[in-house]
Amino acid sequence: METSIFSRWHRAVDEHRPVAIATVIAAEPGGPAVGAKILVGDEIDPMGSLGDADLDRVVIRDAIGELAGGRTGVRHYGPHGEAREESVSVFIESFAPPPQMLIFGAVDFTGALVRVAKVLGYRVTVCDAREVFATTRRFPQADEVVVDWPHRLLERVGDRLGPRDAVCVLTHDHKFDIPAIMAALATGVGYLGAMGSRRTNAERLDRLAEAGADMAAVQQRLNAPIGLDLGGRTPEETAIAICAEIIAARTGRPAASLSSTEGPIH
Amino acid sequence: MKEILADLDRWRAAGRRIVVARVVDIEGSGPRLPGAAMAVSEDGEVAGSVSGGCVEGAVVAEALDILATGDRRLVTFGYSDDEAFAVGLTCGGTVHLFLEPLDW
Repeated sequence: METSIFSRWHRAVDEHRPVAIATVIAAEPGGPAVGAKILVGDEIDPMGSLGDADLDRVVIRDAIGELAGGRTGVRHYGPHGEAREESVSVFIESFAPPPQMLIFGAVDFTGALVRVAKVLGYRVTVCDAREVFATTRRFPQADEVVVDWPHRLLERVGDRLGPRDAVCVLTHDHKFDIPAIMAALATGVGYLGAMGSRRTNAERLDRLAEAGADMAAVQQRLNAPIGLDLGGRTPEETAIAICAEIIAARTGRPAASLSSTEGPIH
Repeated sequence: MKEILADLDRWRAAGRRIVVARVVDIEGSGPRLPGAAMAVSEDGEVAGSVSGGCVEGAVVAEALDILATGDRRLVTFGYSDDEAFAVGLTCGGTVHLFLEPLDW
C-alpha cells in the first residue's frame, strides 16, 4: 500500500526529524483543491502535490525555508505559484524535533528536573561519570542516561546543540563542573546554568578564570547560581525555578508577576 | 498536531473517523499559536485544544458537521465577527482555524 502523507509525517516525528506539511486552506475556483498537501523534510523527498507543477515547486521551496527557520504560518500565491498574488492560501506548519536538555550530575535535584523538563517537551539526557548514580532506574523518565564525564559527552554531541537547547550543571563538584562549563561555552547551546551556593559559585568563577575560560562569555552566558529566585527549597521547586529561568531567558522577559506589570501578555 | 498523536493513533487503530482543527492564524491576543491542534473523533471524543477553552465547544459542532458532509473549511472565531459567529474569544482576539477530515 502506498504510504500516506500522514504516515510519512508520523514516522518523521517519531524519528525526531524536522518535517513540514503545506496544506491548501483556501483557493479561488480553478485553483488547487482545498486540503491538498505537500510534505517536506530533512533527508525526505518531497511528497504529495497541489495539482500544479509550478505551484508545487514554489511551495516546496518555501516550505523548506520555513522549516529551516522553524516557522509556521500562512503564505499566499497565484494558481501557478505567482508571488504577489493572493488567490491561493497555503498553511505551512513546521514540526521541529524536540529541544534537548543535558543534565550533568545524577543527584536528587536531577530526577525532579527530568520530570519538569519532560512536561516542557524536552528530550532529556542525564550524564554523570559515577555509574552507581547514573542509572535508568533512578531516572526512568530520562530519554538517555550516560555514564561519562560531562565534557566528554559534550565533545561528542556539542555541535548538535542550538538556541532552543539547555545544559544544566548540577554536579556541585568543580572537578566535573569546570571542564563541563568550558565545553558547553564552546557550543551554541541557548541556555547554560550551574547549581551551587553563592560561595560555591564564587569559587567556581575563580577556577574558570584559572582554567582560562573567556570570562566575558561566562558573565554573559552562564546562569549561576542556576534558577529564578522563587524561594523554593525542594528538588521539585528548584526544578520549576530552573525551567522558569530557561523560559524567561528565551523570551527576554524580567520574570515578574503579570499583576505587577502592564502591556501585552504574549 | 504532535501533541495529539497518541489519541489520533488510538482512534485510527479503532477505525474511527476523525476531524482535525488547526490554528492557522491569529490576530490580536490569543492563547494558542498557529499550529495548535484539536481533533474530534466520530463518537465525540476530543483531544488537544485551539484556544483557552473559549471556542472548543463550537469546534466540536463544526467538526461533527464536517464528518457528515466531508468538506474542509476555514472557520473564524473572534470579537469582530457578526452574529453568525456568535462564539468569541473572551481575550478579544481572533483565531482562524482550518478543519478537515483526517483522510490523508
